[in-house]
Amino acid sequence: MRRERSYSFGLLTSEALGIALAVIFLVPFYFLLVNSFKTLKEILLDAAKLPEQFGLDNFRRAWNAIDFPVVFMHSFTITVLSVAGLVIISSMAAYRFVRRPTLFNRMLFSAFIAAMIIPFQSVMLPLMRITSLFELRGHLYGIVVCYFGFGISLSMFLYHGFIKSVPREVEEAAVVDGCSPYGVFWRIVFPLLKPITATVIILNVLWIWNDYLLPVLVVNNTYTTIPIAIQKFFGQYTRKWDLAMAALTLSALPIIVFFFSLQKYIVEGITSGSVKG
Amino acid sequence: MGAKQKRLSEWLQQTVFVGPGLAFFLLIVVAPFVMGFYYSFTEWDGLDLDKAKWTGFANVRRIFMEDDRFWSAFRFTAKFTVVSVLITNALAFALALLLNRAIKTRKALRTIFFLPNIIGGLLLGYIWYFIFVRGFSTIGEKTGIGLFDLTWLGTPNTAFWGIVIVFVWQTAGYMMIIYIAALVGVPKELSEAAKIDGASRLQMLRGITIPLIMPAITICLFLTTSNAFRMFDLNLSLTAGGPGYATESIALNIYRESLTNNRYGLGTAKAMIFFFGVAAITVTQVLLTKRREVEE
Repeated sequence: MRRERSYSFGLLTSEALGIALAVIFLVPFYFLLVNSFKTLKEILLDAAKLPEQFGLDNFRRAWNAIDFPVVFMHSFTITVLSVAGLVIISSMAAYRFVRRPTLFNRMLFSAFIAAMIIPFQSVMLPLMRITSLFELRGHLYGIVVCYFGFGISLSMFLYHGFIKSVPREVEEAAVVDGCSPYGVFWRIVFPLLKPITATVIILNVLWIWNDYLLPVLVVNNTYTTIPIAIQKFFGQYTRKWDLAMAALTLSALPIIVFFFSLQKYIVEGITSGSVKG
Repeated sequence: MGAKQKRLSEWLQQTVFVGPGLAFFLLIVVAPFVMGFYYSFTEWDGLDLDKAKWTGFANVRRIFMEDDRFWSAFRFTAKFTVVSVLITNALAFALALLLNRAIKTRKALRTIFFLPNIIGGLLLGYIWYFIFVRGFSTIGEKTGIGLFDLTWLGTPNTAFWGIVIVFVWQTAGYMMIIYIAALVGVPKELSEAAKIDGASRLQMLRGITIPLIMPAITICLFLTTSNAFRMFDLNLSLTAGGPGYATESIALNIYRESLTNNRYGLGTAKAMIFFFGVAAITVTQVLLTKRREVEE
């Protein structure tokens, strides 16, 4: 009886501690949100208190200042095309590597994995040369191709680990029924990969959507993305906090919506994405 | 189907399945990486990418003999990595232990702790810039706690801790998820048996939990180390390396050497030294923690 009570007391302490920590974690979001609604004068006077009125004026001005619809569409298009392409090319390559583990394929696979150690800075300058040589610079397809190259290692690695556990029998039955090797992959195997495809999509969306440096180097002025727009904005107006906070809220919103609508998969995705490593 | 036809079909499949991925990988990662070794020994500027002049070891000599700023960036990055990796993992592990208990709010709390991670480093840096500049001083005025009245981004020491705070806040939730997944896998019978034998909480943690979740520790240490050592976005937006060059990371130093000073050759040489640093750290760290996994 006494044990039971002390145990639930311990749980209550944990609960309180957890909530207290969560409040601390949320403080930055509180500052961001409330100051997006305030006038500059209100912010300078007291950054912590609630706004006097919840007008959308800051958001309207920020919307125009960073050209939000345009930069949003750029970020969106780049992310969707890159992630879709990565899913296709990395799942296909991983499938082949698992099913035909020839010496060549095993060495190739190791090379893909080893390349994950290379920091972006170590390839970025020669990459500038490559992108101008192959006319990738400034084009949508150019940045998408770059994301294919940088993203394939991790995506393929995740698929590789998963495909190993897919039984071969289903495929063999399909081959007997006269299905081509490509049909077997797309119609039989690929649908079975759904859980890991979700992981691959999520990890790549979070990376590509938030990425700053690669778009700056490849499509700086032609396909300005949200992070580039924010960086430019802060270069221009340093102390316009009212506008800045609204611009930051606006920019963080799409990925927050993405997170809350796919929350369950994101947590699972990260777990399976890392445990496989 | 004849043998020849079968070989052709195999060859075609290899090309279709592996070809596209391999082509992009070679073009975007391998080729620039190999070219980097050549450009490290040249004088090459950003204005004319086609012209690089071979200068032998001039860049390397310059980096090792004259470039104090690069080495100060190196020291900053090393110190930052050690401090933030330790704090991030300690906090993430503590949060995971907390959420592994049967508390009612665990789902909501997990979401909240993870939330900072989904927003990119660049945006977070600017959000926190505001908080350090305006938010903290407001809290300081209201509570009278002197810690909040410091000019956080104005002195080298506080700016260092400022970046650490934001990095920990951003990364801990992600690592927490990995630790939680590992803790769920620890069999309940073991800890119950230990409890009956009279083991204390701390003993159970050291004797049972930690050895069993060693693989998760390896992964988390690896991920945080490589993220911290390559930190760029957060550094650019939060302190821009300041005050002075006190909080300039290696990645930022390379970026500025090449894109601001237009010295691509020198920048590439630094980037290659950076690569060897990253590779050495990653390999050593994985080997060290892997060995503990086997032992225990």
